[in-house]
Amino acid sequence: MAVETKVRKFLNDPALVVKESLAGLAAAHPDLLRYDAQQQIVVRKGAPKPGKVALVSGGGSGHEPLHGGFVGLGMLDAACPGEVFTSPVPDQMLAATKAVDGGAGVIHIVKNYTGDVLNFKMAAEEAADAGIKVEAVVIDDDVAVQDSLYTAGRRGVGATVLAEKIAGAAAERGDALAQVTGFVKRVNERSRSFGVALSSCIPPASGKAIFDLPEGQIELGIGIHGEPGRRRTTLGSASEVVDVMVEAVLSDLKLSRGAKVLVFLNGMGGTPLLELYLLYGEADRKLRAAGVEPVRNLVGSYITSLEMAGASLTVLELDDEMTGLWDAPVHTPALRWRA
Amino acid sequence: MITERDLDAATVSNWMREIESVIRAERDHLVQLDAAIGDGDHGTNMLRGFEAVVQALGADSGSPPGRLLVLAGRTLVSSVGGASGPLWGSALRSGGRVLGDQATFEGQELVEVLAAALASVKDLGAASPGDKTMVDALEPAVDTLRERVAAGAPLADALDEACAAAEAGGRATIPMQARKGRASYLGERSIGHQDPGATSTGLILRALQRAVATGS
Repeated sequence: MAVETKVRKFLNDPALVVKESLAGLAAAHPDLLRYDAQQQIVVRKGAPKPGKVALVSGGGSGHEPLHGGFVGLGMLDAACPGEVFTSPVPDQMLAATKAVDGGAGVIHIVKNYTGDVLNFKMAAEEAADAGIKVEAVVIDDDVAVQDSLYTAGRRGVGATVLAEKIAGAAAERGDALAQVTGFVKRVNERSRSFGVALSSCIPPASGKAIFDLPEGQIELGIGIHGEPGRRRTTLGSASEVVDVMVEAVLSDLKLSRGAKVLVFLNGMGGTPLLELYLLYGEADRKLRAAGVEPVRNLVGSYITSLEMAGASLTVLELDDEMTGLWDAPVHTPALRWRA
Repeated sequence: MITERDLDAATVSNWMREIESVIRAERDHLVQLDAAIGDGDHGTNMLRGFEAVVQALGADSGSPPGRLLVLAGRTLVSSVGGASGPLWGSALRSGGRVLGDQATFEGQELVEVLAAALASVKDLGAASPGDKTMVDALEPAVDTLRERVAAGAPLADALDEACAAAEAGGRATIPMQARKGRASYLGERSIGHQDPGATSTGLILRALQRAVATGS
């Protein structure tokens, strides 16, 4: 019997979208990774590598290429994708941890959402019981969540990608568990992000947009799960939007004059590169005017919210060591240079 | 005086089947509530979990009720994900451990099971009453059940009142501003919506009431 498709998405069965997408990822990149369908995990080819610290991340699906697209040389050793916008379960995280442990320890990179934190905590306890040394670092760079006393705390967004790249390079060159863990923390501490949306997104299971955003309106301070933002306002020019993003990030990051930064202008899935580069140009100019120097950048859709139209700005204050690790070779489905 | 029938493994199995059935019936409602202040998958996730629980319990033969609750909790942890999986999973595991290996249990022990479940949810989720979470439904229900059982009320009646307390607790989340979970990111915009977790908690307790009242 044919599955009735009411929604404008390429689906066979909404319940299988994650599994079928992961099988496709593995079919496209057999040189980099394999997909363990039984455990629903993506594992770097050749893992475990004896003596190498392993990096595991995971979270709900719908943020592609995060995290499966970052498995490979110089980034993640494994990814645990959950259902769309739903944290994976501890069984997946434990299986991933066991699959990549090369005896030097495993780092869990956890975005700060209640579900992710709880499930990774359970997995880390079980891994410790199994004799594996696990360090967990929670990423929480989203300045749109202001008061951690009255919320679940700041969300983990763009800094996750930067932490996976920089710490992944440190692990690849042979750094010990404590050093690699230190880089994940350092990236998180020196990064801030702010996101905006021009549309909601449609989870395959429900087939309905999570919220309605009329034309001419913009949601400020969105996360990556199609949840509405802190505030809705009239959409102004791109320059005005970037003013809001830069102001939100810089007022919280408190950089010294002349600070060297990495600027990550990320698309939420439904905004074309044409507009993302336009936004990057605005951000680059405004940051320089504010006395900061963008010395590295990443522009594109790397941590998305299905087909949401929107963008996020992440600024990371670099030092020489982090810059060197950013430049180090990487070869994953979604990021590749010098390898 | 009518002696109340003891609760047993069949009560637990019936409870889980009742939950699956009510969550299936209310799935779209839970999804709608979650779409307003979360990401719209609460009904789907809970249904996936309790379908797996019913299947796991169906494959079990002869375990005592406490063990069945632990199995149900472990199955939820392994199948739901999100925050609900660990929270309800830990709740049922903690509740099940209270019963150990005993073959039957009575009302007072059911109070202790639910009190242990509540304690584990509050501990793991670090939530307090008023945070707009499942605690706002579960805590008044446990309190009511404890009082009514202590006062000698028939268990099915005491559970009925506990369910009413949970449902009232769920409605009381409407004017609250969320301080925990994904809804908290909305700040003041979370006000005016009923919490999906508190709502499904009411359904889960109503399923328990039905399992106990219809047991023969």
